[in-house]
Amino acid sequence: MTYDITIDGKHYRLDLNRADGVWSCLVDGREVEVDAVLVRPDVLSLRIGNLAYEVKCERVAGEMHLWVGSQRFAAEVRDPRSFRGRVRALDEQGPRKLTAPMPGKIVRVLVSQGAEVEAGAGVLVVEAMKMQNEIKSPKKGTIQKILVSEGAAVNAGDILAIVE
Amino acid sequence: MFKKILIANRGEIAVRVIRACHEMGISAVAVYSDVDRASLHVRNAEEAYPIGAPAASESYLNIQKILDVAARSGADAIHPGYGFLSENAQFARACTDAGIKFIGPTAAAMDAMGSKTKARQAMERAGVPIVPGTSSGLESCDQAEEVAARIGYPVMLKAAAGGGGKGMRLVQAREDLKSALEGARSEAQRSFGDGEVYIEKAIINPRHIEMQVLADEHGNTVYLGERECSLQRRHQKVVEEAPSPIVDADMRRRMGEVAVRVAQAAGYTNAGTVEFLVGQSKTDQSEIGQSGKEQQRNFYFLEMNTRLQVEHPVTELVTGLDLVHLQIRIAAGECLPFTQDEVQIRGHAIECRIYAEDPDNNYFPSPGKITLLLQPSGPGIRRDSGVYEGWTVPMDYDPLLAKLIGYGADREQAMSRLTRALNEYFVGGIKTNISLFRRILNDPDFRGAKIDTGFLDRLLKRKEDTSADEEAAEVAAIAAGLFAALDARIANGSKGATDTSSNWKAAARREAMR
Repeated sequence: MTYDITIDGKHYRLDLNRADGVWSCLVDGREVEVDAVLVRPDVLSLRIGNLAYEVKCERVAGEMHLWVGSQRFAAEVRDPRSFRGRVRALDEQGPRKLTAPMPGKIVRVLVSQGAEVEAGAGVLVVEAMKMQNEIKSPKKGTIQKILVSEGAAVNAGDILAIVE
Repeated sequence: MFKKILIANRGEIAVRVIRACHEMGISAVAVYSDVDRASLHVRNAEEAYPIGAPAASESYLNIQKILDVAARSGADAIHPGYGFLSENAQFARACTDAGIKFIGPTAAAMDAMGSKTKARQAMERAGVPIVPGTSSGLESCDQAEEVAARIGYPVMLKAAAGGGGKGMRLVQAREDLKSALEGARSEAQRSFGDGEVYIEKAIINPRHIEMQVLADEHGNTVYLGERECSLQRRHQKVVEEAPSPIVDADMRRRMGEVAVRVAQAAGYTNAGTVEFLVGQSKTDQSEIGQSGKEQQRNFYFLEMNTRLQVEHPVTELVTGLDLVHLQIRIAAGECLPFTQDEVQIRGHAIECRIYAEDPDNNYFPSPGKITLLLQPSGPGIRRDSGVYEGWTVPMDYDPLLAKLIGYGADREQAMSRLTRALNEYFVGGIKTNISLFRRILNDPDFRGAKIDTGFLDRLLKRKEDTSADEEAAEVAAIAAGLFAALDARIANGSKGATDTSSNWKAAARREAMR
């Protein structure tokens, strides 16, 4: 099985095979001695040679992060045989969505539809856990749409506004 | 002694009080809002009663609902924890009127100390040093400008009913005063139902040191040593320790005696905390830790907290006392079981407040489901937690998940145990500030005890060293592949059902992965 893996933006090609209970592993063509035990869901006890690691896997809203010790890595795994292995193009030019970073309540809408905003300008204020957070525009542009009104309850990831 | 105590709170402090009740053979009654049915405090209590909608005003702040539960359950006392109704004199009075013992000071003592302006007036009369400013609420913006001009900028605006940094504004110059005053007033009104705001001189980057006091209902008052609480962000404490690295035996005695005087002036009973601001003297920057020259260190009364503090465990660890047990025994009418001379400070304790906050998003609250929870233990580690794996942290309340406290023979050992424990701690599914504590505990200034209330903001302004560890990244890459391969096996093996209902299948799967 071959995987294309991205760890914090760096690419690795991993060949993993298992025979007679033993993993064979090639990292970018280089052989690495690996022994793995899934000690509980999302926690992998890993031996590379004789060095021992515990790796934790965190999956939230479709994103995967791996923790090696106290270091956290954004991980993306693509199986070349799978159709899901598409890389999203990060388009700085087109419209950008402002999403709710956490569940909460819209306490204020600071701009109106059609308004011109600078990058970093506040667009909405979301309140959760007694704290207010200003959602800022990721780019200079025009507010194309405001999709929520004051007082609305939102979930993490909900689209709040679109700036073009 | 009480037979049944109602805990008018939630989260880790409710769990903490329930534990004390059980240790003392007392039955515990929990109350919960609609989003807290599955909370840990409900699971741990003997009885639990719903008290309404998630908004605190509909549930944990609703005096009538809580008293109704007390009556229905037959509780003979109420422990308010911290926050919510803990410093509400009206609630204490209502408990007394209903014939239920409120575990805390009397309503009169709370009235005297709970309002920061009244407390300042009482301290002026008692001859306790206070920060220059007004001792009553500001009547107008003109008055604020006049006082500010007299005491000099920068000034601090504070809600008389305040706490937790709400209704508080630092003002650098005259032109900012008006909007800051309006902001502080409306925030105070929203948070406490009281828009009274007063002004005092802002002491820049002071140390924040507080003294724990304990008074029984027979006229005995003792102090239990200080806590250093200088590590704050947005006026919220983040790390606390006991003893303070800058307080020696003499300063402890002087501060302690002032604190006892403060408590007695208010007719205070039960557990309370007297907060002081300690200015930075010239010798501090170079000679912290060297006593002898520090006799001149000034401390000012800041306020009295008429409740159990979040950070009470550090005092418990260095004194060997259980403050919640003592609160309950005092409320039941017992005398303090020890004298001032018998209070000994031994060792060093440091507490980290573990919050559901996102370090990558300016430490904004991050509620959600805890998908994975690995918790530290071992020598010198105490963990007061209100959460469990699989529980969803609601968005409606304070984001404190747990407190992790490290204890050692000295500060060095307390720090190394805490660092070790933080590396064992893992909370998955939501963001936490655990990584922040690793940074703090690694910081040379923190290790050298050169801390003040500006420390954390300065630390956060510095870019974190995020140079990727190549070796760890490769380990992550290998693990990513293994997780994917193992997931694929699980998916193929059980037609896509990754959640197993059979332990046999789970065991077989574990074998297969070995």
